[in-house]
Amino acid sequence: MAYNWNWEVFLQPSVTGDDTYLGWLLTGLKWTVSLSLSAWVIALVLGTIVGVLRTVPNRWLSGLATAYVELFRNIPLLVQLFIWYFVLPELLPPALGDAFKQSHPLWQQFFSAMVCLGLFTSARVAEQVRSGINSLPRGQKAAGLAMGFTLPQVYRHVLMPMAYRIILPPLTSEFLNIFKNSAVATTIGLIELSRQAQQLVDYTAQPYEAFIAVTVLYVLINVTVMFLMRRLEEKVRVPGFIGGK
Amino acid sequence: MIEIKNVSKWYGQFQVLTECTTQVQKGEVIVVCGPSGSGKSTLIKCVNALEPFQQGDIVVNGTSLSDRKTDLNKLRSHVGMVFQNFELFPHMTITQNLTIAQEKVLGRSKDEAREKGLKFLDRVGLMAQAEKYPGQLSGGQQQRVAIARALAMDPICMLFDEPTSALDPEMVNEVLDVMVELAKEGMTMMCVTHEMGFARSVAHRVIFMDHGRIVEDASKEDFFGKPRSDRAQQFLAKILHH
Amino acid sequence: MYEFDWSSIPGAIPLLANGLLITLEVTLTAIVVGIVWGTILAIARLGSNPVLSRLAAAYVNLFRSVPLVMVILWFYLIVPQGLKAIFGNDIGDIRLTSALVAFALFEAAYYSEIIRAGIQSVSKGQIAAGLALGFTPGQTMRLVVLPQAFRNMTPLLLTQAIILFQDTSLVYVIGLSDFFGTAYKVGDRDGRLVELLLFAGAVYFVICFSASLLVKRLQARFAK
Repeated sequence: MAYNWNWEVFLQPSVTGDDTYLGWLLTGLKWTVSLSLSAWVIALVLGTIVGVLRTVPNRWLSGLATAYVELFRNIPLLVQLFIWYFVLPELLPPALGDAFKQSHPLWQQFFSAMVCLGLFTSARVAEQVRSGINSLPRGQKAAGLAMGFTLPQVYRHVLMPMAYRIILPPLTSEFLNIFKNSAVATTIGLIELSRQAQQLVDYTAQPYEAFIAVTVLYVLINVTVMFLMRRLEEKVRVPGFIGGK
Repeated sequence: MIEIKNVSKWYGQFQVLTECTTQVQKGEVIVVCGPSGSGKSTLIKCVNALEPFQQGDIVVNGTSLSDRKTDLNKLRSHVGMVFQNFELFPHMTITQNLTIAQEKVLGRSKDEAREKGLKFLDRVGLMAQAEKYPGQLSGGQQQRVAIARALAMDPICMLFDEPTSALDPEMVNEVLDVMVELAKEGMTMMCVTHEMGFARSVAHRVIFMDHGRIVEDASKEDFFGKPRSDRAQQFLAKILHH
Repeated sequence: MYEFDWSSIPGAIPLLANGLLITLEVTLTAIVVGIVWGTILAIARLGSNPVLSRLAAAYVNLFRSVPLVMVILWFYLIVPQGLKAIFGNDIGDIRLTSALVAFALFEAAYYSEIIRAGIQSVSKGQIAAGLALGFTPGQTMRLVVLPQAFRNMTPLLLTQAIILFQDTSLVYVIGLSDFFGTAYKVGDRDGRLVELLLFAGAVYFVICFSASLLVKRLQARFAK
């Protein structure tokens, strides 16, 4: 059974007529990237807050932060996504829930996926932040306090700058993960890359070209992110510190 | 200047300090020594409230640490501390290490903080290293910077927590020299250290601790002349034979 | 306010249990094949043959840079072609088969990275000691290095297994009725999606949280 390769399929006008199939792929890429980046912002901010709270000397706050991390780590991403997309609008006050359901479908999908990915990843970022802070010598905190810094100032000026540097490599892999995990949004219909791959299969009957193209795009995203993060690592490297020059 | 009154401290069930009482007068240099695990580092960390204690009180310059209304951050900003492992901030240059607390805690201007920081850096003889990072300096140099960093805050007294015990032997003296000079200028100092040469040359009093208790609290002459407790005698014999 | 109605869950327990079996089947297959194939990949990657080493690296990097969703879809596309070539056109439902293949090959890439780090965590002196006793390199690997490596990385392998257990829910994209897929279908059928999704989330949470507590306890014992 021979397969008819046809790479020119990408240049053909799509069934909707207003775009080529290549255009579809680029639309998918655009949604994958914007979903991942916006979720990453949420993950970094929340992950930092929760990670810091896990290290503060207050049982209630650190317990709350631990519960947060365990909740988001022990439920599959797909289940979380469906809960954000299908369940939450039902449980909101009717006015708010209806407003959500009446908004543009694309916006509903994007919003649910962004919040879902952001919170899911924030739990993982929090774990990294916590281990980064805990890996610093204990005397650093004491030294900061001894100089009269308040606890928040110690975190801001002494602990966090080093902790971030130490966890940059694992943060990079979480950043890569968020791009990969964004593919889950295909299940609620968001037209990101892997959704577009499936659509191309349905409309063009050239599955291999579509899948190969999308796979290559994911690999390219991966390579680009790694390159940029490597550059960032070099830029923030501390002279004389392990891994420094 | 520093009054330690009946301080006791527990880690859970384990008592690390038992009814410690002593005081440090303005301009006095006190050396605290004792075997490891005797509670000497814990005691000195209680003085600037880095370690909490459950009983007794410590009064620094008229401010009681056990008083809930006391602003501990403010108090700490007046008490300089030097740590065993230097604890310079590795991501900041030497100059930034010297200025950051002056700016953020004391509210000094950038220029003022820089001028002051560099003045003390010059005093410890490390002006040439101003723009380097801590990781690029030797241990002895880092500890001298740490002393300068504490001095730049214009402290009313200085606490030293085994400042030379993490150093290679050949670097010990450069740090001790700075401390001797400081003592001679009349700085109030409380030093946890095993450097008996330092104690002999500049200390006014020596405190010997064992198992969380202050066993000896005597003038330098008395301590080295005729320590009363057996433990102190054994300790001195061991240290001096090194 | 939304009114909960959990009544469709009790009747659906047999279906859900069936789904859970599929979930476990995929998980266990992927763990076993993934660890075996992952060990081979790790050894190839660390080995002295540059061609094998490159190939293993390429395999691992490719699988690790593509979303699991895409991998599942890929194998759903490829596996039927392969089966047709072997068995002719009468191949029946290939969703489970293709999911098993996809997860096993995908997990192998992740396991191989854990195993590689585990092998590298064994000190060079151990290898030297093994060789000095007259073991061949193969024997040294099998008798000296791997036992220590697996001991060091057991907690990580188990943590990866928990992640894998959660990830199997993604077979949803090829319509396979695992535990989650079944829960979704039942909820959709009865118009009780809210309850079924929350129930599924709770079940996953209880299983994964208990498992991760066990791993933590194991880790504490290993650390002694």
